[in-house]
Amino acid sequence: MNLVLTWLTDPAHWAGEDGVPHRILEHLTYSAVALVIAAIIAIPLGLYVGHTGRGKFLVVNVAGAARAIPSLGLLFIMVLLLGPRLSGDAAFVVPCLVVLAVLAVPPILAGAYAGVEEVDASARDAAKGMGMRGLQVLLEVELPCALPLIFSGLRSATLQVVATATIAATVGLGGLGRLLIDGLAVRDFGQMAAGAVLVAALALAVDLIFALVQRYAVSAGLTGRRTASRRSRPKASADSTLITIS
Amino acid sequence: MIRFDSVSKEYPDGTVAVGGLEMTAPTGKITVLVGPSGCGKTTSLRMINRMIEPTSGRIWIDDRDTTTMDAAELRRGIGYVIQQAGLFPHRTVAANIATVPMLLGWDRKKARARALELLERVGLPTSFADRYPSQLSGGQQQRVGVARALAADPPVMLMDEPFSAVDPVVRDQLQDEFLRLQGDLGKTIVFVTHDIDEAIKLGDQVAVLRVGGKLAQIAEPARLLGHPVDDFVADFVGRDRGYRGLGFQRAPKLPLAAETTARLGDSAEQVRAAAGTEPWTLVVDEGRRPLGWVNTEQVAGTVSSEVLHRGGTVASTNGTLRNLLDAALSSPARRGVVVDEDGTFAGTVLAHQVLDAIESERAAAAAAQPAGSAAR
Repeated sequence: MNLVLTWLTDPAHWAGEDGVPHRILEHLTYSAVALVIAAIIAIPLGLYVGHTGRGKFLVVNVAGAARAIPSLGLLFIMVLLLGPRLSGDAAFVVPCLVVLAVLAVPPILAGAYAGVEEVDASARDAAKGMGMRGLQVLLEVELPCALPLIFSGLRSATLQVVATATIAATVGLGGLGRLLIDGLAVRDFGQMAAGAVLVAALALAVDLIFALVQRYAVSAGLTGRRTASRRSRPKASADSTLITIS
Repeated sequence: MIRFDSVSKEYPDGTVAVGGLEMTAPTGKITVLVGPSGCGKTTSLRMINRMIEPTSGRIWIDDRDTTTMDAAELRRGIGYVIQQAGLFPHRTVAANIATVPMLLGWDRKKARARALELLERVGLPTSFADRYPSQLSGGQQQRVGVARALAADPPVMLMDEPFSAVDPVVRDQLQDEFLRLQGDLGKTIVFVTHDIDEAIKLGDQVAVLRVGGKLAQIAEPARLLGHPVDDFVADFVGRDRGYRGLGFQRAPKLPLAAETTARLGDSAEQVRAAAGTEPWTLVVDEGRRPLGWVNTEQVAGTVSSEVLHRGGTVASTNGTLRNLLDAALSSPARRGVVVDEDGTFAGTVLAHQVLDAIESERAAAAAAQPAGSAAR
């Protein structure tokens, strides 16, 4: 513990190219780009499957199977496959983003799909019966009602991606993983431990931001008067969703 | 007017949900579809707004063939109320009610004003406007569901077991208010229920369907109870239909007997002195509205609301023969309490007087209608 504190409180570690702020920025950039890509793929796909009921089997199985893919192994395969076709940093950045996105897709997909699937059937029936067209039913009823589960999927994916983005350092990129890899190389356990603590803290901080956004984005009618006691629930329900789906 | 023109719905597995239905729901009236589960009543209803497409036949609304219309446009012109209300949980009550107006492109202000107006119409305070459905009871949600269906003032309303998910007391209340509302609005309503009592209470005409979506009988409630066409309909409308049929006959003017009355707080001696040998005395309030009966021999001290016998029902002078007979039969004193329209005590009747009145009405009816003309 002392080692960590000593390392973290050393001002030399907080400045420059390999200073903590810059590493955090790199780490967040990889994570954010990967999450945005994953969300662009998984949310519309999940909504579509939930709305139409088509491809349910595929989503359930792909989402389950994809979670078993080892990230580090996939990263090396991607670097070998894509690396030669790309130049400069991209040879490593792109494979890295692919791996992180692959990691993020299943929980987001499962959340979006389950969210729409679980919308009260009578609300859906009423929406259609009052003359909403398919897309209106989706955007005006199903999507807003699915938001709590979509958020749990996103938060679950975010935690995994932020934690896993350390692997970027294994192929020579930046991010907080550098602290771990470089620390290991020179047997600086203080630095390694500090890196681990920072990754954990970053993941929690990002989750907190998501929690705040969720409170404003989700209708009070869905969270109800139980807002206070429910704040901890979305994460738990995301996990249970994933378990039932895989 | 809604007209079913040999409408059938057959599923790919060969199940026939509705088989060649011919039926008309007249403008401004409530037509109730009733029958056992699997009789295709809900399917028939949902084919009107094309939530289910018929496999053959046509459904006409006035002179328009629904199959030629755009389904979403058609539905916006038809009020739709379903069993679980189906309110949108993420929207406030006002926003829920304003759904169809917003789809039709009304401006926000006008839609909200309309929502508030309808809240009052269905008997909810306007302070509910900004609540969410989860904050309402089942009965309140169902009222909002009705308000939502009425929002764009559609001439036609479809109601699929709207009151079956609430408790009996609330259901009774919702039914009464629904009839009052319909009295003002005069919509063309098709109403599905599995409850024959509800069908008879609400329907201007009742269509009894049998399994496989065949129309067994369509008639006014009184005729359905009095002249079921076959054993299926007879069984379905129930055993005590002779008695329930009295609910459609206005009570004639019967000679009412005066009654010694007492007030809460009267002493036992006062009551006994006034009653003489009569074991039961009627207790009324300051406005002469009946409260219940008190046993003259058993009362001690003063007459309090705890000692009142409240088992007796009360009939109104403008009520039905059924109310009148029930008042007589349920009274511990054997004298049925009758009140005027304003609820004040008018007098009492005996069961045999009511039965005599029923007999003479039947005799008069038989004389007016020659025997053997029992139509369907």
